[in-house]
Amino acid sequence: MTSATLAGLVGAALVGLGLYGLIANPQPLRKILAFNVMGSGVFLVFGIVARKGAAAGLPSDPVPQAMVITGIVVAFAASALAVALVLRLFEETGRATLSPDAWTKPSGEGAEAE
Amino acid sequence: MSVLQALDIGLAFLVFAVAAWTIFARGGFAATVGYVVYGLLLSLVWIRLFAVDVALTEAAIGSGVTGVLLIGAAARLRGAETEADEKSLRGLPRLFIAGLCVLVALALAAVVLLFPDSGPSLAPQAMRHLPETGLGNPVTAVLIAYRAFDTMLEKVVLVLAVVGVWSLAADRYWGGAPGEARAERPEPTLAFLAQVLAPLGILVGIHIFWVGADEPGGAFQGGAILAAMWMIVMMARLTEAPRTSAFWLRLALVAGPLVFLIAGVGGAIFAGRFFAYPPGFAKPAILFIEAFMVLSIAVALPMLVAGPPRREPRADRSR
Amino acid sequence: MTAPSAPLGAIAGGSLLPLAILLPALGALLSLLMGGRRAERIAFLLMPAELAVAAAVAVLVQRSGQPLVYDVAGYAPPLGIALRADGFSAVMLVTAALITPAAGLYARTNFATPGDVEKRAPLAFWTLLQGVQGALSLIFLGGDLFNLYVGLELLTFAAVPLVALDGRPETVAAALRYLLFALFGSVFYLLGSALLFGAYGTLDIALLASRIRAEPAVWLAAGLMTAGLLAKTALFPLHLWLPPAHANAPAAASAVLSGLVVKGSFFLVVRLWFDVLAPLPAVVPGAILAGLGSAAIIFGSALALRQERLKLLVAYSTVAQIGYLFLMFPLGHGPWAADAFAGGVMQALSHAFAKAAMFLSAGLIAESLGHDRIAGLGGAGRAMPVTFLALGLGGLSLMGLPPSGGFAAKWLLMKASIAAGQWVWAAVMAAGGLLAGGYLYRVLAPALSGEIAQLKKAPQRSREGVALALALLAVLLAFAPPSFFSFLQIGRPAASVAFR
Repeated sequence: MTSATLAGLVGAALVGLGLYGLIANPQPLRKILAFNVMGSGVFLVFGIVARKGAAAGLPSDPVPQAMVITGIVVAFAASALAVALVLRLFEETGRATLSPDAWTKPSGEGAEAE
Repeated sequence: MSVLQALDIGLAFLVFAVAAWTIFARGGFAATVGYVVYGLLLSLVWIRLFAVDVALTEAAIGSGVTGVLLIGAAARLRGAETEADEKSLRGLPRLFIAGLCVLVALALAAVVLLFPDSGPSLAPQAMRHLPETGLGNPVTAVLIAYRAFDTMLEKVVLVLAVVGVWSLAADRYWGGAPGEARAERPEPTLAFLAQVLAPLGILVGIHIFWVGADEPGGAFQGGAILAAMWMIVMMARLTEAPRTSAFWLRLALVAGPLVFLIAGVGGAIFAGRFFAYPPGFAKPAILFIEAFMVLSIAVALPMLVAGPPRREPRADRSR
Repeated sequence: MTAPSAPLGAIAGGSLLPLAILLPALGALLSLLMGGRRAERIAFLLMPAELAVAAAVAVLVQRSGQPLVYDVAGYAPPLGIALRADGFSAVMLVTAALITPAAGLYARTNFATPGDVEKRAPLAFWTLLQGVQGALSLIFLGGDLFNLYVGLELLTFAAVPLVALDGRPETVAAALRYLLFALFGSVFYLLGSALLFGAYGTLDIALLASRIRAEPAVWLAAGLMTAGLLAKTALFPLHLWLPPAHANAPAAASAVLSGLVVKGSFFLVVRLWFDVLAPLPAVVPGAILAGLGSAAIIFGSALALRQERLKLLVAYSTVAQIGYLFLMFPLGHGPWAADAFAGGVMQALSHAFAKAAMFLSAGLIAESLGHDRIAGLGGAGRAMPVTFLALGLGGLSLMGLPPSGGFAAKWLLMKASIAAGQWVWAAVMAAGGLLAGGYLYRVLAPALSGEIAQLKKAPQRSREGVALALALLAVLLAFAPPSFFSFLQIGRPAASVAFR
């Protein structure tokens, strides 16, 4: 088993792990962590694709590598926005959860002139 | 089984184990620390995949800066965790979701295993056009020449993320600075660390950016290191975060994508296509664009970590 | 550098494509940089230019009868990135270029900068609004799946903070939920793209369409990408994030979110199934998508009937109307395919205008009455007739009553589904129309009867005019000439029209 295939399998496992964490864990911060784990799994799948594209004297196809670099930066920006939202929610309410019924106001409230 | 293969399998197992720890650990703080370790291990995996540029980016941004962000958040949210997991799924729904995730992972693994040993590749084309760009690092060529449009738009994404984070401030803090004020007497250990590391780090960051034209490295990796140095100095409270209404801050943020955009338009005028480079001028243009990218990244990343403004702007400094 | 192979005129026309994306991006950057009042001014300076570019693209596509293509940076795919404008792209581009400034004009009152002190909400609004427009232009014109991923992220990062713009805790929670769903969508989309790249060595849509075969990697990629895009489009059952997000955002933002943002990811589902995956036998996936769409129509409309707040009712109505969009998928092959495609596009366009009009009207109502409780709307229609006219005309299109774009859309979709022998979709559409009539009656009947309500403040004529103009556009779509429908077919692969 080559290191590339191994990395691809690890990537698949990470995607499964991250997906579980994203859906099942109730706390938003843990969801953000899980999203990052899942994202890095997806990048590993790109990685195996890149490694299998070794050609022209290069050990790895540069195009998927560039995509992963872009993806890492975008994932960080996403995490930063999500963290800012979670922290703001915590500041405002003292809670950091997303239980749906916590935020549906009774009719009429919250509809003041904007 | 050779030593290298054994190492690979050990590394794979370790990565999976730490990732599982990150997902299943009890406390948020513990999970976040696990994530930083996980990121560093991943960088090793990337080196084994012969993608050194990616390894650098993963270590610097994926693990490093993201780690700082998440650890800071986990520390501040420690109070929220004393609540019981009110919405934690039990029993059948949890099993169903777990089953779904296992299915997705298995399907993915099967498809990955089915990939032929050497698949279609864009490496030959990338190498063929490399001399036109004057670069030696094909990944940099993809980022700033062949797929420059992607990279430029991604810089805009970064700037919009900063706007989004800033917009979460309370109205009265708008225009003020995030983070804490400069300390009268900064903590000695942190201050010492910052004073030793920062100058070194700045040199390393600039070097990695400069060298990225021909060797692994580049604007993202170099910029991330510079960002980290600024963050260390701010965390040691030797200096404070700037006011978000400061013109120089906004200029630094916007400079990277703006210069890139203008260069793209220049490409249409001087080279016949948006984002094309006139022959012979490719390398200097690329380095020029990258220099501003480094500036923007070095400013955007710490601003994203610092969060929305939390201190009031002084009245006499309003825009 | 590869020499441009197309004649100079084609290059000049194609240059409009990157311009359509770069203008709003430039606007967002400059608005942040200059700040204060200038942020708003920059937006209004560029929006007419963006409308002109969109119109020019449409005219050029119409004249040549071919999609406009542009290789950015002079490198042809698969190494480089291509932009491509077909009929569908062009109409969506024009729609976005019309609705965005309309929302901006409406929002001038809410997000003004008095004096010279920069305020948080206005600066954020004008910057993010232009960001949304740039992202949508990229999505409508992108020809490379990874470039489209960047576009999707740009759209998400611009739209999410708009939801939380007024800072109330429920809006922050809604924005966080929206972001989490959107990130789930992005990761799945990216994963699918990785598999497609691994299989075919390119992410260019045109090249993929020519190389793709039905193999396991492709099916898994299709499933993953579709699931991700469905989460972003809020198709049942992944719709939970939409009602709180759209109902609690500022009215101008809701108009853009419901009218345009969800259409972006829908556009990519169409690109995926009708362009990239066109050679695949898509009977079962098409039926699944339409099945989910039907569930969305029924559940969304039923939930809309039960709402007590007007903005939540309009938001649930969006959930339902999104369902109609997916009824075009099982009807993509056969002599009825052109009708089904045109119907789906018409639904996207008319819903965009109608829903934007309805959210702007709802915003005016909330501001004038001080609340948006449906129970308290008695006589409001008599006090603010123009506003309720806009609301009613938008509702006309949602119900699918003639004359309106919504009617044209449903007529086409029903025609296609009956011709294809798939009667169930026609039945669902009829039921949906009745339910829509029900929830609109709930709002309009009390508003137009009883004593004239007391208004806290009268709505501004100009803002009512904007809402009415959008609603009229939704109605005018009904009068689209046949050439409009053949315009929509420009760029369609011939396979989807041939009988299978």
